[in-house]
Amino acid sequence: MSQLPALAWLYAQLSLVAVGGGNTVLPEMQRQVVNVHGWMTGQEFAALYALAQAAPGPNMLVSALVGWQVAGLPGALIATGSFCAPSSLLSYVVSGAWYRFRDARWRRVVQAGLTPVTVGLVMAGATLLTEATSVDWRFAALTAAVTLVLTLTRLSPLVVLAGGAALGASGLL
Amino acid sequence: MIVEQRGWLSAAEFTDLLALCQFLPGPNVINLSVALGSRFRGARGALAAFFGLMSAPMVIILLLGMIYEQYGGLPGVRHMFAGLAAAASGLVLSTALKIAAPLRHKTLDVLMAVGSWAAIVLLHVPLLLAMLVLAPLGILLAARGRR
Repeated sequence: MSQLPALAWLYAQLSLVAVGGGNTVLPEMQRQVVNVHGWMTGQEFAALYALAQAAPGPNMLVSALVGWQVAGLPGALIATGSFCAPSSLLSYVVSGAWYRFRDARWRRVVQAGLTPVTVGLVMAGATLLTEATSVDWRFAALTAAVTLVLTLTRLSPLVVLAGGAALGASGLL
Repeated sequence: MIVEQRGWLSAAEFTDLLALCQFLPGPNVINLSVALGSRFRGARGALAAFFGLMSAPMVIILLLGMIYEQYGGLPGVRHMFAGLAAAASGLVLSTALKIAAPLRHKTLDVLMAVGSWAAIVLLHVPLLLAMLVLAPLGILLAARGRR
């Protein structure tokens, strides 16, 4: 229970720096949850993240799972609420003004400037996650295979995730 | 669906709102639902859209979380999750590659992306600090590049 304020503060911060979507804060979420607060191991975090990816709905729901692990139902609600509220409030306030500036030059410049940063951050999240899930070379190979399949084919991510889970359960890895 | 079935917005208006929500911080889909809701019914529309989008997935994810908590210790389940997690890493990697692909011919953008990656992975800079430096820098470079 005493972790609730820490959860709320962490996710409210993450909400406001998540420029370019939830995936950009993945490395920071992992760093905070695993290294700073020590709420779980890197592998546990990766498992929860995978669960959120596989489940229907916005994949930022990993916040609910982290909150749940840390402080049960109140934790899940607080973490998700804090993750959504600040940025939602901002979009609520700004969406009207944004419409008026739709042709402004600065808007395109800002977008062009933030894109490479977003790319770097998503790549960083992917790197950290891969480090955590590659417990041995076989799991690393599975990650590499999934990356190739999803990059080069149009196979549904859900099918591929289910395949990974099945491979793991089968004990082949 | 919002554009084609209900006719609530034109495709251009929708794209415009989507661009805003990608530009603002926070989970994109959530922001989009709030922005859409507020467009039509003000604050109450925004709240309705938010809870409509979130409640069912939230229940599902918590059920899955409970199952994981209950049975996560069993070796079979643990192996299944290890496989699922490794596959999810691959999913994020391929997402990163897809959004990186359009940048590959722009040297400056590639440098910015690699720099952002290194700041987090190699230097372990806290994200808030990294963003305070990287975001203005990226915008500055983009502004100069256009002139």
